[in-house]
Amino acid sequence: MSVKRAAVAFQGTAEQKALLDAVIKKHRDEPGALMPVLQEAQGIYGYLPLEVQKEVSLGLELPLEEVYGVVTFYSQFSLFPKGRHRISVCMGTACYVKGAGPIFEKLKQTLGIEDGGCTDDGEFSLEACRCIGACGLAPVLTVGEDVYGRLTVDEVEGIIKKYKS
Amino acid sequence: MYRSHVLICGGTGCTSSGSERIINTLEKELKEAGLAEEIKVIRTGCFGLCALGPIMVVYPEGAFYSMVTPEDIPEIVSEHFVKGRIVTRLLYQETVAEDGAITSLDDTNFYKKQLRIALHNCGVINPENINEYIAYDGYQALGKVLTEMKPADVIKVLLDAGLRGRGGGGFPTGKKWEFAAAQPAGQKYVVCNADEGDPGAFMDRSILEGDPHVVIEAMAIAGYAIGADTGVVYVRAEYPIAVKRLQIAIDQAREAGLLGKDIFGTGFNFDIHIRLGAGAFVCGEETALLTSIEGHRGEPRPRPPYPAVAGLFGKPTIINNVETFANIPPIIRKGVEWYRQIGTERSKGTKVFALGGKISNTGLVEVPMGTTLREIVEEIGGGIPGGGTFKAAQTGGPSGGCIPASLMDTPIDYDSLMAIGSMMGSGGLIVMDQTTCMVDIAKFFLEFTVDESCGKCVPCRIGTKRLYEMLDKVTQGKATMEDLDKMEALCYHIKESALCGLGQTAPNPVLSTLRYFRDEYVAHIEEKRCPAGVCKALLSYHILEDKCIGCTICARNCPVGCISGTVKQPHKIDNTACIKCGACEEKCRFGAIVKR
Repeated sequence: MSVKRAAVAFQGTAEQKALLDAVIKKHRDEPGALMPVLQEAQGIYGYLPLEVQKEVSLGLELPLEEVYGVVTFYSQFSLFPKGRHRISVCMGTACYVKGAGPIFEKLKQTLGIEDGGCTDDGEFSLEACRCIGACGLAPVLTVGEDVYGRLTVDEVEGIIKKYKS
Repeated sequence: MYRSHVLICGGTGCTSSGSERIINTLEKELKEAGLAEEIKVIRTGCFGLCALGPIMVVYPEGAFYSMVTPEDIPEIVSEHFVKGRIVTRLLYQETVAEDGAITSLDDTNFYKKQLRIALHNCGVINPENINEYIAYDGYQALGKVLTEMKPADVIKVLLDAGLRGRGGGGFPTGKKWEFAAAQPAGQKYVVCNADEGDPGAFMDRSILEGDPHVVIEAMAIAGYAIGADTGVVYVRAEYPIAVKRLQIAIDQAREAGLLGKDIFGTGFNFDIHIRLGAGAFVCGEETALLTSIEGHRGEPRPRPPYPAVAGLFGKPTIINNVETFANIPPIIRKGVEWYRQIGTERSKGTKVFALGGKISNTGLVEVPMGTTLREIVEEIGGGIPGGGTFKAAQTGGPSGGCIPASLMDTPIDYDSLMAIGSMMGSGGLIVMDQTTCMVDIAKFFLEFTVDESCGKCVPCRIGTKRLYEMLDKVTQGKATMEDLDKMEALCYHIKESALCGLGQTAPNPVLSTLRYFRDEYVAHIEEKRCPAGVCKALLSYHILEDKCIGCTICARNCPVGCISGTVKQPHKIDNTACIKCGACEEKCRFGAIVKR
């Protein structure tokens, strides 16, 4: 099995490291601290490359394999950096029944990337996500914090255009 | 005193359709009109009618404005608040009588048959203000329990009331508490399962967003009943609004002395912490959830020992779902007799359903157990939009099944759903019409389970994958009738041998569609045809000669150049070269391209 590594080299700053150390210190004596630490670490770095996992492993005195195991188990954690605009298409049942599939296909086609991929310029990343609970507005997609509901395939290109700088 | 109260839904559905901007615009406009001291704007939880969001209700008139936009706000302020004239064009049509008078929301088809117990305060109170909860009898049940009842009395009330777990399994809640209470005194835990993972179910989120204190109160009652001083709410990270409101509620409860040390001066201590999930469906399974809180991969553990004996960090633990907790304070306050009148013989009380899919009134409804599917879909849900015909309703998410039209009059409760091959699950109810392919939907759920299987046991890890591949073969038109039998056999193997609920119920979508929609499977296999027109491999695109005007737009957009014809003459698709991308159908402005 090949080692999963991001194409972009890890560029952590000293400030980020100081924040991470503080997070580890805050949680280290709690039982079950690993998940909250990883969640906050991802908040600091945007993703969880091996370099960050090693710091967490040392800080919490847990084997790296256990840290890696948890990171790869939960879909919220990412080993790769995300795009500046994160596009998530809800693939809950309500959205699926109302045509989320064709919308996702259209996005893949328009951006030229696959599920979980990121455009070369680092602008957009795309993923199919689990139900976000806005079933009344199905089908739904989110770009960062913005939610777009009651979508049709035709609207996809317009939405992407809005985020192109 | 305010002369008017404006309730605006701040649930996820309405927030997504822009209710924040409406609140901001309204507050600004009111200030400019000098009405800020006369009219109070309150951000509430979910009203349930998400399809019509963003929703705004103005009291005392009870005017129910739907699909409000920020552009409508100046008109509402100048007409309604300044001149006292209701803006009729924005009212939900069902609340307007023939003579133009406003009728009560409770008389509309959507609300008429509902009975709101768990959702009692949702859309009524401001969830970020503990005083509003207290004004609606909040924390009375906790006070009664701590000052008038022994722990065993509390458990007896739940047993007598017949409350069953709303998270899916329907296990009697009182029984669970009884087991945990019977364990020797020492560290025990109360866990609230708010890891609502069933796609299409959002009642737990709405309760946390609209009425977080009810969960806190119920958890404290549970703590008293079983002898625990610590509670943990495990909530999905995908629910930021719910997490925020719950944290505010916990802080307020602590400040009011309703959490923490010596609650109500009775010497009872109880506090609650929030733990965020990280996106793993299996963590909704109780033992997996506990493993996750402990900071590991969320893999389930074999039972026994049950969590009531050895749960979180090896200590006796009860785990109940959000909706279950939301039923407890009303039961304590209003009594067993009241609760037992509601529901069916073996399933008492109400159930919240999240209506979604091909239905007019998508949203959240709470009905007494025993309400029929027909009442929910046709009366409350308003039927299927756009003249579609009802084909099936899916309940129970990836663990449930599809209920066909012929069983629409089944009164819904835990046992009746089980008997027809589905299950209650957490209450997602997705309506499907003739454009949904049942094989494709079974495949959709299996894809979900394959992805979410934690990998610990073989039947689930490998079994669901093989099942998915077989379904894929059917949708490709490459399966044989023999495969159908194999599929069915594999389903039963997985059901019997998987470790946890996720694996044991994973074949249900396949089994139920095989049971009620076998003809669709057969059509895919023998006729190489997808009756719903969904499975791409079995479709071909055709141009209707009488509708095509020869505009050439389809030919210009075909990525493989398989459409030919001359200008102003009907075009033709070469189906041997067509890749079925659908670009032509999408671009055609004359509806001349069909798939069949």
